[in-house]
Amino acid sequence: MGVATPVLEIKNASITFGNFRAVKNVSTTVYENEVRFLIGPNGAGKTTLLDAICGKNKLSDGNIIYHNEGEEYDLQKIKENKIVNIGVGRKFQAPSVFTGLTIFENMELAVVRERDVFSSLRSRLKKREIEDIKHQLQFVGLYEMKDEYPTVLSHGQKQWLEIAMLCVSKPKLMLLDEPVAGMGRRETQRTAELLRIIQNNCTIIVVEHDMQFVKEVATLVTVLHDGELLCEGTMDEVSSNQQVIDVYLGRGGE
Amino acid sequence: MQIKDIQKEKRLSGKMKLALLIFIFLATAPLYMSSFRVTMLGKYMCFALIALGIDMIWGYTGILSLGHGVYFGLGAYCMAMHLKLEASDGALPDFMAWSAVEKLPAFWAPFQSSAFTLFSIVLIPVIFAAVIGSLTFLNRIKGVFFCILSQALAFALATFMIGRQEYFGGSNGLTNFTTLFGHAVNDPVTKTVLFYLTLISLIAAFALCMKIVNSRAGRVLVATRDAENRLRFTGYSPAVYKVFVYCLSAALAGIAGALYVPQVGIISPTDINIAPSTEMVIWVAVGGKSTLVGAILGALVVNFAKSLVSEQFPAVWQFFIGALFIAVILFFPAGLISIKDLPAKIRSFIKKRADTGEAEDKKQAGTNAKAKSDNGLFSNKKPVTVTSVKVSKGDGQ
Amino acid sequence: MDLILMQLFNGLSVSSILLLAALGLAITFGLMGIINMAHGEFIMIGAYTAYVVQNVWKSVFPESSSDIYFLLEMIAAFFVTAIVGLILERLIIRHLYGRALDSLLVTWGISLVLQQAVRSIFGPANVSVSAPAFLDKNIQVTGMFAMSGKRLFILALAVVCCTLIALMMYKTKQGRNIRAAMQNRDMAASLGVNTAKCDMITFAVGSGFAGIAGCAITFLGPIGPTIGQSYIVDAFMTVVVGGVGKIIGCITGATIIGVGGPTFEFFTSASLGKVMIFIVVIIILQFKPKGIFSMHSRALDD
Repeated sequence: MGVATPVLEIKNASITFGNFRAVKNVSTTVYENEVRFLIGPNGAGKTTLLDAICGKNKLSDGNIIYHNEGEEYDLQKIKENKIVNIGVGRKFQAPSVFTGLTIFENMELAVVRERDVFSSLRSRLKKREIEDIKHQLQFVGLYEMKDEYPTVLSHGQKQWLEIAMLCVSKPKLMLLDEPVAGMGRRETQRTAELLRIIQNNCTIIVVEHDMQFVKEVATLVTVLHDGELLCEGTMDEVSSNQQVIDVYLGRGGE
Repeated sequence: MQIKDIQKEKRLSGKMKLALLIFIFLATAPLYMSSFRVTMLGKYMCFALIALGIDMIWGYTGILSLGHGVYFGLGAYCMAMHLKLEASDGALPDFMAWSAVEKLPAFWAPFQSSAFTLFSIVLIPVIFAAVIGSLTFLNRIKGVFFCILSQALAFALATFMIGRQEYFGGSNGLTNFTTLFGHAVNDPVTKTVLFYLTLISLIAAFALCMKIVNSRAGRVLVATRDAENRLRFTGYSPAVYKVFVYCLSAALAGIAGALYVPQVGIISPTDINIAPSTEMVIWVAVGGKSTLVGAILGALVVNFAKSLVSEQFPAVWQFFIGALFIAVILFFPAGLISIKDLPAKIRSFIKKRADTGEAEDKKQAGTNAKAKSDNGLFSNKKPVTVTSVKVSKGDGQ
Repeated sequence: MDLILMQLFNGLSVSSILLLAALGLAITFGLMGIINMAHGEFIMIGAYTAYVVQNVWKSVFPESSSDIYFLLEMIAAFFVTAIVGLILERLIIRHLYGRALDSLLVTWGISLVLQQAVRSIFGPANVSVSAPAFLDKNIQVTGMFAMSGKRLFILALAVVCCTLIALMMYKTKQGRNIRAAMQNRDMAASLGVNTAKCDMITFAVGSGFAGIAGCAITFLGPIGPTIGQSYIVDAFMTVVVGGVGKIIGCITGATIIGVGGPTFEFFTSASLGKVMIFIVVIIILQFKPKGIFSMHSRALDD
């Protein structure tokens, strides 16, 4: 890991809601092309941490540094949509897509780079962008339905559409919150496959409860409990840690 | 891609045909209608212009503004101030003299210039909208909070205008105009020119909105309506798009106001207060929101109905418009534009009512009374959601 | 100094009326996602109920010099508006749960119909209700500052009603159900809370308190079919400033709008006062976009 370049450095991050400390003094570094999993029981602060990275929450203490092409960004100081535009993509737990637009149009909004009003008024999709959308939709098996509205999609398919939208926007760092929730075994396999492909030119942070899935894709696993970092390591290391077994894995991964 | 384009083409042409029909009707109206009716049509076209703007922000972007009378009023007052100055020909406008104002207030002076006036009817509403929009949308004040603020805005401005008798003519408003850029406002030629000017503005505005809706920006607006946060985390700034479309609709309302004043001959705070502002929204709802031609159709039809009904039975109008609000939103949210679906809608509603009734019967009979009645409530909810989804589908045009 | 006190006191009585009106609005919005534009008309119905009760009383007991009928007015105003509210809820409102913007337009339609109905029945002219004689007295506090009995009464009325609502919400089983449904409707329903019944009761009670507000307004001056309209905007601003779903929010909002409005009007003019209060509300919302006391939520799209 020594030679790898860091993509995200979380330094002493704490997050408080009123009197409730959801995340307590968490520090970790995520390196390029890594697939990092955040696991832990419900209420451990996993989603809250993702929220802080993508700008939805503010840290009450500490900071989060993001590296992209030699630039350093303090994510605390950047607005959510700007964070996306410097290469941090986020998928939320509940699938959320634009129901008034066709699947293709959903992808269109994600694929373009210039997202200000005037570009949107003028520009049309480039050939390359249309190809990207086609390729991505074919991969998740939604290409045939590209002119349908997302209301016809199943829960799992909506997840895929959202992931496809993320992929096509080519982020440097991808934050996925329970990407395989509501998916069957086969779909989960396919998602794992997808993540392995994405991994080649992207760093991924995933919150997930499906341990089988974690085993398949994770490079490193970070275990959170009660807002604190419990331990960090490969899946094998983590799953043999007695503390982790006590609070989480031993309880069936909740 | 191809299949989709063909489908779009088809759907588009239906609506375009209707739009074309409406424009042809409007353009030929002076040939066979009395000049009284033609003036009324001119007024309705101004309203249609406002409706277009409201459809852009409400139908496409999901922002409900109940204070668009403000922007209509700003445009109208700018024009009226100029007309007033023309009418008084260098002297103080009549109402100022009555209020013992001695010299022309400084902010009236620039309106002596026709060029300034023409700029101001667009710029002042837009600047005002940009300020209000930035203060609200950028801070994520949205939904009903924005609605209520917009309504309070209309109320505040109307109260302000009423109170400032000496500057804006108070509750009488501004009236008694004589000439428009040197042409007598009562002259038939001026009237005809104004009528066609309004028609051209309406067509131009329709084309512009059509272009925006069909661009990617239009899709971003729809996305703002459907999942604002998802859009934010897709890298767009919903607030900026909202301010943009809000300013656009303010500009349309301002132009409408400016065209309204010389044709109708008066603008008063009553025309910009809460009641007319809310009525503007129902035009769009009646015609069919998220369809631009629906907005135009709605504005024309509702106002024509208003003239007919209130000419005959003034008291009935308020019952009528009230019932219209209830009926359209509740039973027929897709509006006139999809009138061919109406019988099916009514059937499904009756069926739904029957289903609910059944659920309630069960509730009385069954032991699990509570759980059942709640099921009834939710099964009640679902069809509603489905219809609203259908409505939003129509906006792919 | 006395003038300022006077202004403050008058403002507080306006706040009381706003509070009575806003309580129902805030609770129905919090519980059902309904913005009830016809709420102003419930105020108006309460006021006209008082007018009818007074006329009936005076025709039945023309000799009576007792003022006791004003209590009857209050009770009648509460029940008549509560029943009207109940009927509307069953007929129309319940189809609009969770569709705040639509509910706003529909209830606006209802308000137009109710206004015109009252205009058709009672005529467009204002009517007046005489306040009980014992409220006509003023309480002299200092040389210039006198508290009008009527306004003092309205203040007390608001305190009593607020306490009643607080008791209902926090001490009764029904209140607990309502709060549960407010926070998570589906969850409450699956735990056996009859949410439909909660909605009905809340809407009726909320309307009833608007009726009482209407009855209180009759003490201050003549009433007309559009009396509701003049209060509804301020009542909504109260909810917006205070935040949805908490009584304390309503009280804060009502105090800001009720005291702020007349104070600004006093120092500037009636026309500028409305503009100033609008600016103040916008400024407050810059810092608290969901009102001063708002409920937190973790949902992405709320």
